[in-house]
Amino acid sequence: MASVSLRNVHKKFGPITVLESIDLDIADGEFVVLVGPSGCGKSTLLRSIAGLEAINGGEIQIGDRPVTHMAPKDRDIAMVFQSYALYPHMDVRRNMAFSLNLRKSPAALIGERVAEASAKLGLNALLDRLPKQLSGGQRQRVAMGRAIVRNPKVFLFDEPLSNLDAKLRATMRTEIKALHQSLKTTAIYVTHDQVEAMTMANRIVVMSDGVIQQVGPPLELYDRPANMFVAGFIGSPTMNFFDAVIVRGAARLADGSLLPLAPAAWKEGREIVIGIRPEHLHFADQGFPATVTVVEPLGMSTQVTLDAVEERVTLLALERPQLSPGDRKYLTAKAADIHVFDRVSGLRLN
Amino acid sequence: MPGQSLLQRILGQTGLYAAIACYVIFALLPIYWTIKISVTPQDLLYSEGIKLWPSRMTLANYTSVLKATDFPRYFLNSFLVSVTTAVIVTVVASFAGYALSRFRFRGKALVSLVLLLTQTFPLVMVIPPIYRIMGQLGLTDNLYGLIIIYTAFNIAFATFLMQSFLDGVPKDLEEAAMIDGCTRFEALRRVIMPLTLPGMGATVAFVFTAAWSELLFALMLINSESQKTFSVGLLTFVSKFAVDWGQMMAASVMALIPVCLFFMFLQRYLVTGLTAGAVKG
Ligand SMILES: Nc1ncnc2c1ncn2[C@@H]1O[C@H](COP(=O)(O)OP(=O)(O)OP(=O)(O)O)[C@@H](O)[C@H]1O
Ligand SMILES: [Mg+2]
Repeated sequence: MASVSLRNVHKKFGPITVLESIDLDIADGEFVVLVGPSGCGKSTLLRSIAGLEAINGGEIQIGDRPVTHMAPKDRDIAMVFQSYALYPHMDVRRNMAFSLNLRKSPAALIGERVAEASAKLGLNALLDRLPKQLSGGQRQRVAMGRAIVRNPKVFLFDEPLSNLDAKLRATMRTEIKALHQSLKTTAIYVTHDQVEAMTMANRIVVMSDGVIQQVGPPLELYDRPANMFVAGFIGSPTMNFFDAVIVRGAARLADGSLLPLAPAAWKEGREIVIGIRPEHLHFADQGFPATVTVVEPLGMSTQVTLDAVEERVTLLALERPQLSPGDRKYLTAKAADIHVFDRVSGLRLN
Repeated sequence: MPGQSLLQRILGQTGLYAAIACYVIFALLPIYWTIKISVTPQDLLYSEGIKLWPSRMTLANYTSVLKATDFPRYFLNSFLVSVTTAVIVTVVASFAGYALSRFRFRGKALVSLVLLLTQTFPLVMVIPPIYRIMGQLGLTDNLYGLIIIYTAFNIAFATFLMQSFLDGVPKDLEEAAMIDGCTRFEALRRVIMPLTLPGMGATVAFVFTAAWSELLFALMLINSESQKTFSVGLLTFVSKFAVDWGQMMAASVMALIPVCLFFMFLQRYLVTGLTAGAVKG
C-alpha cells in the first residue's frame, strides 16, 4: 500500500502533447477514477504511472520512492488490462503465480496466495484451464486474480470491464469495490462509464485534452462542477445549458424570460451560461416556455425532451406527468440548483 | 449445408475429393517416380520404363550409393550447412523481427525497404562479385563460406516472416509480463517466445529446406570432394556418356528423408492458434 504523487508530468508522442503538466496526489488506500472523453490521455497517464511509457518531464512517486526512471517491474504495481492480457500458454494457476515465480517466492507461499485469491474470486474450479477455455467474465476474474496475488503497492485498471455485458459489468463493479474495501490497496481506475466512476471512486479525476479539469469526490463534482466541461461530462442525461445575461441579480435568457439566481454580487450585464441538471428542472406557472417533443417513461422516472429558447432541453421527472408531444409548458428551477459559468472562460462563478 | 438434397451433397463431396485426389497425385507423382526408379534393377530400367511398378525390386542402388560413393560425406556436409544456417538465420531474424515489430526508431522504414530490395536482385548478377569476395577471404571451397552466403540470402525474408508472426502477438502480453516482474528480455523469453514457436518453426523449416536444396552457390564455390554438399554430389552420377539413374534416384530419396523427418518434428509447432485466448474474444 502506498500513496502516489504526480508532479508536473508531461508526455508527448512526437510533436503531439498528450499530457500537459499533470499534478495529482493520491492518498494511501484511495480509489481514484480517471474519466474523460476518448483520446484525452487517460490510458497514457496510467501507463506512465506503470512505467510502460517514458514521460517527457515531471516526477512520479509511489510511496516514498521516486519511480520516474524505474522499470515497470521495479515499481511494485499490478495492472489489469482492458484486453486482460492473460498468458495464453499458461493455465490459470500459472498465470496467477507468474509474478511470484519471477520473484522466486517459496512454493508454499505461492500456493497459499494463489489459493487465497482464487477462493476470493471464485476461480477454484478453473485453475487448470487455459485462458482460451474461459468465458470473457472468467478471464476478467483471472486478470484480477493475477493482480491481487502479488499484493502490490498500487492497482492500475484500464477499462477492465468494458468488454463485459451490462449485467456482468454491474456485478463485477460491485465486486471490485468490495475487493478494494477488504484489501485497501491504492487503486487507479480508468473508465468512461459514468456509473462506474460515480459508484466506485473515492475521488474522480476529470481529464480533457491532457489536462486535469477537476479532482474531487463524486458528489462534489456532480453538485459543484468547476467548469462547463466537467458540468457537461458528469451526469447522465447531461446538464442543460442556456446563454444568459445578468439583469438585476437574475439571469435573463435569450427569449427574455427571467430565472432567479442565488444572491451574490452579480455584475449587471455580465454574459454568462447557466446550467441546470435535468432533475432540477420542473414545470411551473411561470418561467421560460417550452414545447414537449418526446416523452420517455423509464419506470422510476420520466425523461421529457422539450424545445425551448433555441435549445433542446431535457427534464427528468420523478412523478409521472401526463404530457403529449406539442404541449406548451413553462419550466423553472430553484435558484440554488442553477449553476452559473462565465461565457468566455467556462469557469464556475457561483 | 441446409437446403441441399442428399444427392447434391454426395455429388459435392465426391467432386471435392476428386479434386483433392487430382491435386495430390499431381504433386506427388515426381516423388513416386523417383522412388520407383530407385528400386528398379538396372536391367529393367529401360525395358519397363513406363510401368507403374517394376516386376522385380532391388536395394542395390542404395547399397552402392552408401558403400561405393562419397554420398555419406556429402550428406553430412549438407546437414551441417543447413542446420547451422537455419539456426543462425532464425535466431537473428527473431531479434530483428522483434525490433521491427515493437520499437520505433529512426530509419526503420529505410531498413525495411533495404531488406525488401535485397530480395529483388537477380541471383546471376551477384554471383561474380560474391565469388571474387569469397575467394579473397579464403572462403571458397569450404562449408563456412556456404553457411555465410545462405545466411545472408535468407535473412531478409526470414526477418519479414518473424516480424509478421510477432505482430500477431498482442503487445499487452509483454507489457503485462514487464509489470509482473520481467525485464524486456525476460518477457521476450518467457511470454513472447513460447507464443512465436510456430513462427520460429516455420522459419527454421523454410531456411533449412532452402539451404538443403541449394545448388548454384554450392556448385560454384565448392571443388573438393570432401566439401561437396549432396545437391552437387548428385551431379557426379552424370558422366560424359551416361547417367546412372538408379543410384541418382536412390541418393535423392535418401536426401528427402531428413526433410520429411524435419517437417514431421516441426508439425506440432506449425499449428497456429496458440495465441487464442490471450485477449478478449
Ligand atoms: N503510441 C502512440 N503514438 C502516438 N500517439 C499516441 C500513442 N498512444 C496514444 N497516442 C495518442 O495520445 C492520445 C491519448 O491517448 P490515450 O490512449 O491515452 O487516450 P484515452 O484517454 O485512454 O482514450 P480511450 O478512452 O479511447 O481509451 C490520443 O490522441 C492518441 O492518439
Ligand atoms: Mg484508453
